[in-house]
This record gives sequence, structure tokens and C-alpha cells, in this order.
Amino acid sequence: MKFSILVNEGPYQHQASDSAYQFAKAALESGHEVQRVFFYHDGVNNGTNLTTPPQDDRHIQKRWSEMAESNKVDLVLCVAACQRRGIVDEGERDRNKKDATNVADGFRISGLGQLIEAAIESDRLVTFGD
Amino acid sequence: MSTLNIVNKSPFEKRSLDQCLSRIGSDDAVLLIEDAVVVAMAGTRYESDLKSAAAAKKLYVLTPDVEARGLADKPVVEGFTQVDYKGFVALVTEHDRVHSWL
Repeated sequence: MKFSILVNEGPYQHQASDSAYQFAKAALESGHEVQRVFFYHDGVNNGTNLTTPPQDDRHIQKRWSEMAESNKVDLVLCVAACQRRGIVDEGERDRNKKDATNVADGFRISGLGQLIEAAIESDRLVTFGD
Repeated sequence: MSTLNIVNKSPFEKRSLDQCLSRIGSDDAVLLIEDAVVVAMAGTRYESDLKSAAAAKKLYVLTPDVEARGLADKPVVEGFTQVDYKGFVALVTEHDRVHSWL
């Protein structure tokens, strides 16, 4: 079955991104496809490569990036939520005249249309939030 | 058409479980995750409500979240089925729709 996941909360603040990751991992291990994870609201903070948690803590951003690389999971950050929170890729850097980028490997910035598309194309959309 | 309803807040904090149980259909299921798992423990004032809900509907609780809260050795309300994350995935596939009561 084809799954997509919506994450509405940031890492280390709420359990939502941990629950979403554990769900996605179990879905892949059960032989399902995870088409897309859409990060909305504070959820976009999952996708910054400036994250440096203590070594004995889980690295939430890296965990997602590794999942994207080994399982072809499409990690999409909402553009409007990113602009508010300072999550920047090359395109946004140039457009908004910033001097840095911080979107982590495997993540990309796009719009809400990607969430609607995921809901249409996937068999199930599972939401994790506050 | 059945729906899997996911509740993630304790009823001692938010009313989402009450709202969920009073609105869902008889062939729908409820899965408690995150802080909602505390109410699956026997002995709270919600026990009788949940027992009557369990008579008509399927009730599940996510074991890793029970364990994370130090409640693994506590008895669970009669009628609850414990699932791990793979069980959570299976429940999502077995129901036509999923709704998170956020």
C-alpha cells in the first residue's frame, strides 16, 4: 500500500515527529511504500541541517534524511512555513536575498499542492500533530 | 466503510477522546497513541466509559508509548488490544480511512 504522512510539529518539542518517523519506518519494514512526508507549520523545523543534538540523543533530521536516501521517500517542506521560520534553499535564498541555506539532504521546499497530491495519489494519509 | 480514529491526548488534558467516542460510527476503531495511552490503564475514572465503548467498537493502544511512560506493568482496561508500530501500520491498511483527532 502507498502511504503519505503529514507532520505538523517540530522536533524535540512534541512527540509528533518521532511518532511519524516510527510509523514510516514500520510501514517500510512491512513492505509498504512511503510516497511522501509533508512537513507543515512548525514541522518544517525537521528539515534544517543546522540541527546539532547531543551525541546521546536521536538526530531527528538525520534520521529523516537517511530514510529519504535509502527508501526514496519524498520529504517536502511547506514554503510559506519555511519562510516564516528561516528554512532556506538556494531558490529561496536568491529570491529573498538571504546569505545562507539550511535545507537538509533529502528535503525539498515546495507548496501545499504537494500535500493535496499526496492525499490523492496515496492510499492513506496519516497526520501527526499536537 | 470504516475509519481508524487516532487520539493522542490524555482526556485529563484535552477533550478529544470524549469528542471522538461520542461521534464515531459503530464499526469504527480507536487507537490511543502518545499521551492518550494513559487512559487505557485500569483504574481511572474513564474506565467504565471505555468498557462500554469496547463493547461496540474496537479499541487499541500503542504499546511503545505505554512503555515510554513507565506503564508497561500496569493492567490495561478490558477490551483494549495492544499493538506495536507494525500493528499500527496494519490497522491503517485494514480501515478505509484514518482520522487524527488533533
